[in-house]
Amino acid sequence: MKAFATLFTALDQTTKTNTKVAALADYFRTAPDDDKLWTIALLSGRRPKRGVTTTLLREWAAEMAGIPLWLFEESYPIVGDLSETIALVLPPATGTSDKTLTDWLGIVRDIGQHEIEDRKAIILQAWSTLPPIERFLFNKLITGGLRIGVSQKLMTRALAQATDIPETELAHRIMGDWTPDTTTFEDLILTDDPTADASKPYPFYLAYQLEGLDALGDASDWAAELKWDGIRGQLIVRQGQHFLWSRGEELITDRFPEFAQLPDFIPDGTVFDGEVLAWQNEAPMPFNALQKRIGRKTVPKKLLKDAPAVLRAYDLLEQGGEDLRDQPYAARRKRLEALLNDLPDTLPLRLSETLDFQTWDDLGQIREDARNLHSEGLMLKRLASPYLSGRKKGDWWKWKVDPLTIDAVMIYAQAGSGRRANLFTDFTFAVWNGNELTPFAKAYSGLTDAEFRQITAWVKKNTIERFGPVRSVKPTHVFEIAFEGIQASPRHKSGVALRFPRMLRWRHDKPIKEANTLDDLKEMLETYG
Amino acid sequence: MVLSFTKSGIYCEAGDFYVDPWRPVERALITHGHADHARPGHGAYLATDAAAPVMRHRLGDIALDTIHFGEARQIGGAQVSFHPAGHVPGSAQIRVEVDGEVWVVSGDYKTTDDGFSEPFEPVKCHAFITECTFGLPVFSWTPQPKLVDEIHDWWAKCQAAGRPAVLGAYALGKAQRILSHLNPDQGPILTHGAIENTNAVLRAQGLHLPDTIYVTPETKIKDHPGALVLATPGGMGGPWMRRFPNASTAFASGWMALRGVRRRRAADRGFVMSDHADWEGLNTAIKDTGAERIFVTHGYTSQFARWLTEQGYDAGIVETEFEGESLDAPSEEEAAP
Repeated sequence: MKAFATLFTALDQTTKTNTKVAALADYFRTAPDDDKLWTIALLSGRRPKRGVTTTLLREWAAEMAGIPLWLFEESYPIVGDLSETIALVLPPATGTSDKTLTDWLGIVRDIGQHEIEDRKAIILQAWSTLPPIERFLFNKLITGGLRIGVSQKLMTRALAQATDIPETELAHRIMGDWTPDTTTFEDLILTDDPTADASKPYPFYLAYQLEGLDALGDASDWAAELKWDGIRGQLIVRQGQHFLWSRGEELITDRFPEFAQLPDFIPDGTVFDGEVLAWQNEAPMPFNALQKRIGRKTVPKKLLKDAPAVLRAYDLLEQGGEDLRDQPYAARRKRLEALLNDLPDTLPLRLSETLDFQTWDDLGQIREDARNLHSEGLMLKRLASPYLSGRKKGDWWKWKVDPLTIDAVMIYAQAGSGRRANLFTDFTFAVWNGNELTPFAKAYSGLTDAEFRQITAWVKKNTIERFGPVRSVKPTHVFEIAFEGIQASPRHKSGVALRFPRMLRWRHDKPIKEANTLDDLKEMLETYG
Repeated sequence: MVLSFTKSGIYCEAGDFYVDPWRPVERALITHGHADHARPGHGAYLATDAAAPVMRHRLGDIALDTIHFGEARQIGGAQVSFHPAGHVPGSAQIRVEVDGEVWVVSGDYKTTDDGFSEPFEPVKCHAFITECTFGLPVFSWTPQPKLVDEIHDWWAKCQAAGRPAVLGAYALGKAQRILSHLNPDQGPILTHGAIENTNAVLRAQGLHLPDTIYVTPETKIKDHPGALVLATPGGMGGPWMRRFPNASTAFASGWMALRGVRRRRAADRGFVMSDHADWEGLNTAIKDTGAERIFVTHGYTSQFARWLTEQGYDAGIVETEFEGESLDAPSEEEAAP
């Protein structure tokens, strides 16, 4: 684990991407294959199942540190990270360990099979033999999260440098349904055998937010579609089976049984890219209908009926087993349209239609109307573009509708965690309901670090009451809150729930009297809900 | 009560004086020169002779009387003496005895010897008024020799990469503590104006610091290859930093023990170095006073007081306007010219 700890330290001590990639590439050149494979797994979000509850870990850490549990619990929100809190309170290690990353992950993977007392002995043994950074990393592994400021994209780039295999090829190889127990570094990374895993998806091509139409050139080089608010999904039919992947690389086939009939209609070696939507009367249902489906591993019949799902396909990545990604978008679309045309409309597949426009002005007008079409904006795709992997600038752009906004008063504040420990960053906002302020949304992003520091100093001096970690503050500050959508919600006091609320601006110029009202919100619900 | 807690600060009725008051008073005993302890506007000041030059530098023409460490002085019905707190040069704990009852005000302190300030001396007392800036068990300081090595290693790496190494530290105390342990043979050492002003004061009173180069608007970093630059935390956040493009940045603070804080500061390195006591230091210091009554002033007061109560002390919280070690420390820097 020492090499991994050295890697972590190098990554943690820089904010520069190139330095991070160099450190990772160096690790990929020198570490044993098993450790490399585990590192790839961890940095692509694959991790062993948690075998010990965090409640037990807290108790054991407090016991070993010789402090009461309450003091541990009070320290945790200040540190903002459980693994780090544990590593910090424990007394210095009394022994040493030569176990590798793979050794430790084996322990982490198997620990759930032991009796509680044995689990405790294993954990305490680990804590007393690991130096601080390794101890922190061990805690991260055992609690199941390893977010260390390295995206999958950076990891892939480093792996490409270390192996001389092209980055896009590697991005494809590390996709899919594997764990370090089901494959090897040799098979997964070094051997080029795409048929080894019938479920293996292609890396998703992700669009950037549009910066301006000027750079796009002539409108006739572009296609546009409405942008749907569902789950980005890749639907694969191969070897008589079907697989559905979410953009987060989660295999969600079982959650959407309506697609099970597809292998009867669609030839092997077909891969669609599209949006999974809850769909009724040939129109998308609000996102929260789909939300109910996402959380369920098995779907009750009633839910299947109430929120039936379709894939709104917008691209065809593979046909007849042939990888189409290098073909131009226009050619892929032609194939997609032909394929879908021949299918019965009882199948849960719909074409995401392209929009008719001559000029950017035409398109701008369609965008103005997008919210009324249950869409969150437009997608622009260059007709001549190949299907790239990952987030790349140039050929695909999202041109979202402007967010809805409302001016609201901050009434509660809570300290953040992790990077934002010691800062008040999580706020509750209210609108006027007569002479009362009714809370309707929480938001914790959109301000600069300097603004968060400023508001933190203010919160400390203007706290009215504390409720655990939450403080009520003197209603003083007005913020412009932006959000993407609004829905009725009987669970909330305000009767509404917002989608993606965030702070757009701190309205220093507005007195609280001029904040919006609950009636304003209800009017928005009426119009856009 | 030997001392009581008033709106203006910690007050001794028998001697009619205050300790580190935050509102203007007739007579103030000052533990050390940091801005939240030594404020302007008092009628008369008393501080150690080692703390006096910085206070004069910062507060101007004040009526300041000085006292040696360990020297006893009678003020009205109280006998007072000052004892090293190990926080910064000249910093003191103030011992107040009235009719045989002894109270001690810690000011800010650390229990480990930093090789620069007068080392902390435990003082027996009946009641101890203590800070607890880092009064949680997650704070445990790295031994200083290891820290000093880490700083030199980082500096060497920066030199190898051709980047200036900019290290943020408090203008009074932390910066000079680091400076006193830097090896000037490794490369030139540049300083922010607020730090250099304090350096001059401390050098004049006989403290040894390596030679430094004051960063002026005309300073060009390329004239000083391989430099380490000591900066104030505020200076690092502002336009002052523009003269050091491509710099590697670091902070020296107890808060650097927390990864979240380190990442929020977006510095390349964080050196866990504080002039306040860590958890172990606080607990040892309190135990060594032999005191039964403990008042905690600033820091994680509610948690620390509860912990002390469970350990059998008669512990309470006193609300003060002391700031401890603030990362953003604007008051500290504004105080420096």
